[in-house]
Amino acid sequence: MASTEALLPVTSRQDPLSESRSDQIPETRRKRPIKVHLAVCSGLLLIALYVTLIVTHDGSTAQNGAKDETSTESRARLAGVSEKSNDRVWRLSGDGKTEAFPWNNTMLSWQRTAFHFQPEKNWMNDPNGPLFYKGWYHFFYQYNPNAAVWGDIVWGHAVSKDLIHWLYLPLAMVPDKWYDANGVWTGSATFLDDGSIVMLYTGSTDKFVQVQNLAYPEDPSDPLLLKWTKFSGNPVLVPPPGIGAKDFRDPTTAWKTSSGKWRITIGSKVNRTGISLLYDTTDFKTYEKHETLLHQVPNTGMWECVDFYPVSKTKVNGLDTSVKGPDVKHIVKASMDDTRIDHYAIGTYYDSNGTWVPDNPSIDVGISTGLRYDYGKFYASKTFYDQNKKRRILWGWIGESDSEAADVQKGWSSVQGIPRTVVLDTKTGKNLVQWPVEEIESLRLSNKKFHMKVGPGTVVPIDVGSAAQLDIEAEFKIKKEDLEIIFGEDSVEADEEFSCQNGGGSTVRGALGPFGFSVLADQSLSEHTPVYFYVTKGKDSKLKTFFCTDTSRSTMANDVVKPVYGSFVPVLKGEKLTMRILVDHSIVEGFAQGGRTCITSRVYPTKAIYGATKLFLFNNAIDATITASFKVWQMNSAFIHPYSADDL
Amino acid sequence: MKLIVMVMTMMMISEGSMIDQTCKQTPDFKLCVSLLNSDPRGSSADTSGLALILIDKIKVLATKTLTEINGLYKKRPELKQALDQCSRRYKTILNADVPEAIEAISKGVPKFGEDGVMDAGVEASACEEGFQGKSPLTSLTKSMQNISSVTRAVVRMLL
Repeated sequence: MASTEALLPVTSRQDPLSESRSDQIPETRRKRPIKVHLAVCSGLLLIALYVTLIVTHDGSTAQNGAKDETSTESRARLAGVSEKSNDRVWRLSGDGKTEAFPWNNTMLSWQRTAFHFQPEKNWMNDPNGPLFYKGWYHFFYQYNPNAAVWGDIVWGHAVSKDLIHWLYLPLAMVPDKWYDANGVWTGSATFLDDGSIVMLYTGSTDKFVQVQNLAYPEDPSDPLLLKWTKFSGNPVLVPPPGIGAKDFRDPTTAWKTSSGKWRITIGSKVNRTGISLLYDTTDFKTYEKHETLLHQVPNTGMWECVDFYPVSKTKVNGLDTSVKGPDVKHIVKASMDDTRIDHYAIGTYYDSNGTWVPDNPSIDVGISTGLRYDYGKFYASKTFYDQNKKRRILWGWIGESDSEAADVQKGWSSVQGIPRTVVLDTKTGKNLVQWPVEEIESLRLSNKKFHMKVGPGTVVPIDVGSAAQLDIEAEFKIKKEDLEIIFGEDSVEADEEFSCQNGGGSTVRGALGPFGFSVLADQSLSEHTPVYFYVTKGKDSKLKTFFCTDTSRSTMANDVVKPVYGSFVPVLKGEKLTMRILVDHSIVEGFAQGGRTCITSRVYPTKAIYGATKLFLFNNAIDATITASFKVWQMNSAFIHPYSADDL
Repeated sequence: MKLIVMVMTMMMISEGSMIDQTCKQTPDFKLCVSLLNSDPRGSSADTSGLALILIDKIKVLATKTLTEINGLYKKRPELKQALDQCSRRYKTILNADVPEAIEAISKGVPKFGEDGVMDAGVEASACEEGFQGKSPLTSLTKSMQNISSVTRAVVRMLL
């Protein structure tokens, strides 16, 4: 039933410049006069000169760093990145509208997700060594057994038959050797020709050097792979000359070269250039380092969690990491330390000399306007080839966007995204397409179907009962006549400036948007999280569609990061606008156009919790009427629990 | 006398360079310099070392603020709820943020250090906000916000 009441309040467009912290990079560089008593120093001039030379060298390195940091920072801000945003600290005070209130345990315990992987308690970060073996999907992860913040890192372990119903297992690896005494960090698994598994992982040594270590299952006949043996000859790789002792981590899954050797890549940096080192090996114990890099991109900073894999140009199935050939493109992905964004690019791999060239260098790996798996909170991601169902599956670490005090109080921090299949978009050829693994549909309970016309400036409550665990699939159509008006009218200017981040969020109304769903909303919409399309007239008069998630009003709490996330999404001729949303308490995952653009958000309502959580459909466009056709499923819990004999 | 002046000049030249260069890239040059100069390790520290010194300042300030909070329970009993919140927030700074930042910087994964250091500012702001304009801790919380933002800038140089 459409209602004309409760229009979402219109607020003025926020000026991103007023929000941004200019204090991050100082406006002026104050010169501090260096007092030099030349007369006095004559005797000790040589020594003074020596000292000055040393510190000036250090100083100039910092200077260069600062310059590049400025450009990286401002590019990051343009892209609307906020990882525990700078803006947040200053916005806390003086805003009379939001009240300060303490988090209570009722609010905090609601935040725990029902069907996303997270350990029983404490801190988790990067996914590690995902693989399928003897009927089980294995998932390892960076874990702090002692606190709800990063530290004391070990490898957690869990198994599942279906990537959804996970069973906790004992820790797989702990820092019990000198070469990983300060941390058992991220790594990847490789299957050898005989089906056996080798695991390469980064260790932080007792002297804080980052090295690569080899481990393998202690008992290959154990389908649960409970115990792991570390190679007695570890480390197998140490930082090479020219690479910093703390800039050498996250080895990839290996791929077979045409000469029959195995090849891996490891991210690093040289000054501000992100790079990916290349090594060949036959036994995973000794390696030859390539003189050339797999790839490098200036001004992108340290590359963490590099991933490298083939995608088919024509087929919808995933490919084993070693596949090469004319039917295949290769993806290089890296996690950018500077901005906490995962970027990827599509290109061509030349096996003979181990180089990779992007199809479009202007959106090379790490460039802020380049491609991302996800335009929200999503980092340290890693894919693996699932030989069971012939898919390439993507894991992504979803950190918290709240304060560490809240994490400590609630006793945990971070979840993993729902695993996604990854394939090349064969229709555009220019981006990947991701989709939650189909096994998640086993959690679908009852559903309700809706079909409705929604006029401009309308908000419609959608009655689905409980609204904290939902799977929504929706299709939108803009009324043809409205589109033609927008196209035809010269007075409707092309909106070249629009981006989700500076578009002012969901309350700024355009001719053809925003429209979508408000999830995790309370009845009065004092808290809500809109996930929406915003259609603009592009500069060539073609329509340009954006997919956004606005968390700025998701909660009354103000010690939480609340960005507007999103990006342009390609919509091809004849396609309807489609969106899928997974809601699971404090996480919302949105997928537009079948997964061409994905947005993960963390949301912490204080009121829109338990029975008060509602769902709304809205059309905040000025001119367009929207027809929405959608299905909403209640989602069951995955009942993730510790493994027991009953689980076999 | 000449020797002392010569030695002091040398120290000024060296301090003027590394700390100077580093602090120029932070939002509060004066604060940054005074914090780093007040620590004997400052004159010979590299960027990591400077970051660790600043994190130590955060730790000291958090401890001092907690002492102040504890004292306020008796003097201002009507503020108990807000003081409870502040106590929780500042204990987080001491028990979570600071150890996380120290471990991260020592081990060369500065991004977690950035998280910890930024959070110190968030916790201070949240504590302040709890008094709804009538805070007895304003100068302390402001101090934490400032030190947090300076420290964050230094940590970011390690990324």
